[in-house]
Amino acid sequence: MVDRILGRAGKPGADAAAPAEPAPERSAEDHKAAVWARVQLARNLRRPRTLELLGAMADEVIELHGDRLFGDDEAVVAGFARIGAYRVAVVGQQKGADTEENIRRNFGMPHPEGYRKAMRVMELAERCGLPIVTFVDVPGAHPGPESEERGIAEAIARSVGLMTRLRVPIVTVITGEGGSGGALAIAVGDVVLALENAVYSVISPEGCASILWRTSDEASTAAMAMRMTATEQQALGVVDQVIAEPDGGAHTDHEETGRRLKAAIVHELDRLTAIPVDLLVEQRYRRYRSLGAYTEVPTEVVPPAAPPRSGLADRLRGLLEAGSRAIPAPLQVGRRDEPPAREDV
Amino acid sequence: MPVKFPGFRSRRDALPERLWTRCPSCSEQLFNKALEKTLHVCPSCGHHFRLGSADRLAQLLDPATFEERDAGLSSQDPLGFVDQKPYPDRVAAAKLATGLPDAAVWGFGAIEGQRVAIVVMDFGFMGGSMGAVVGEKVARAAEGALAARVPLVIVSASGGARMQEGTLALMQLAKTMAALERLRAAHVPYVSVMSDPTTGGVFASYAAMGDVNLAEPNALIGFAGARVGAGTIGQELPPGFQRSEFLFHHGFLDRVVARADLRRELAALLRYLAPRPTPEAARG
Repeated sequence: MVDRILGRAGKPGADAAAPAEPAPERSAEDHKAAVWARVQLARNLRRPRTLELLGAMADEVIELHGDRLFGDDEAVVAGFARIGAYRVAVVGQQKGADTEENIRRNFGMPHPEGYRKAMRVMELAERCGLPIVTFVDVPGAHPGPESEERGIAEAIARSVGLMTRLRVPIVTVITGEGGSGGALAIAVGDVVLALENAVYSVISPEGCASILWRTSDEASTAAMAMRMTATEQQALGVVDQVIAEPDGGAHTDHEETGRRLKAAIVHELDRLTAIPVDLLVEQRYRRYRSLGAYTEVPTEVVPPAAPPRSGLADRLRGLLEAGSRAIPAPLQVGRRDEPPAREDV
Repeated sequence: MPVKFPGFRSRRDALPERLWTRCPSCSEQLFNKALEKTLHVCPSCGHHFRLGSADRLAQLLDPATFEERDAGLSSQDPLGFVDQKPYPDRVAAAKLATGLPDAAVWGFGAIEGQRVAIVVMDFGFMGGSMGAVVGEKVARAAEGALAARVPLVIVSASGGARMQEGTLALMQLAKTMAALERLRAAHVPYVSVMSDPTTGGVFASYAAMGDVNLAEPNALIGFAGARVGAGTIGQELPPGFQRSEFLFHHGFLDRVVARADLRRELAALLRYLAPRPTPEAARG
């Protein structure tokens, strides 16, 4: 919402729990370097992923596999877990810790079947009344031909839509890279948390730079311009709360990162499970409905200009059209004799 | 297959006084007046030129039935975004060049006498990119269609989410999908029409999710830009990759429809889809 946006513009630290941002007196170059350092931390190879975080915070984890349509995408993990007093469904992306695992997990870039597995488990959670916790860490959905052939856009759109209406609480955590639609597909929640060094963006900084600056060398400039750090995302209202990482970053201490995250997740589950479900879903709708900044000048509804032909003729035409499908609709213009792409109706 | 951007062709391609346009597909010189009559489709090869939102509305709707809504919505600059030039300057330039407030127009109108809520995107306005204004208009159109219980039609033409609005542009995917889910739950139909191009976040939200998905022939439709995909993955792309016919072949489009047939096909579909109070009402 607009007032949410007004709190923006590099005024971090509004939330006492938020970690310190670069001080305002720092030069733009320093700020750029600091932002880029966070992008690098978010991409750190040893950063804890969904399974490592669950290992640190859950008493039990049961992974479920397969989308029942095509296969099992190891870039996405899904299943059940016990976190504190809660039995929940979990969904998250999983990059590999080494080359071998990265090949198996496709460098954490999900194909459509990954998102379809996520949807299957989230729908199951809804039927079982289990809250959902999602962990987001993805460079982006897999951009290759197989992904397009199997409908990556459809999978993302469907998953986003599903999450806006699921009748169970959803806690989302941006743990590393929040890479565009591939992230949002599992990141629509009642509350969105982010680890301190996580980043969230509409396009990778390299992609943004190559389009707007015409060189990917300006990736750090693009990263700064997109305000992609966790605290900046909090100021924009996209992220609700930033969780401080251990000194040096989450990769230095998986256990401690998991412990801090667990406290925040359990706290949110306590809060969300107390809200009546109709209200919960309505609040989630309002949350996303109100994101985005625009101005609005009230405009009168302009009634259409009087039809050029007499009303009677139009009404007769309408009656004829409504009355019979046998009468062909009038074509607007003379049709060229190019062949139609497919057979007509 | 090379990606064609007819909109960016240099000025030398147009002959003096802009009387003629060269078809980027078959190189035929086309008289502009004749092109208007063919709804901007090349008469010799069937190439579909991009259509601005005003032309599209005129093509699809019954004459003088369009009632625009929310024309007063305008972008802000929530990030203070500056690349080669500041974002507000880009918006101002686009407004000046197109005479439009943003990359989408919505309102109510009639297609062969059937009332619809309709959103039409315009690629000419910053590549049809979706920021808060486009997302808001799509959501309001879905909510308007729901309140009036009339079908929703969205004609997409977009390069995707508007980078200059950062993750707030990304959040428009969730905003539009949330509204469409409510429409679907209330059994109000939605027809998505994809024109060249429909890519990125627009394809990965409302464009892909019609109850019926139509597309114009040979439109570029895809999630990742072909260059991004090829660059990242280093793979050869199959012929016709991310074109309408490719999507059709893979089951994501119901019909590929030539522009001259679009209005009639939409009207025919709407006669099946329009919300009915009772099964008996299906008769006639």
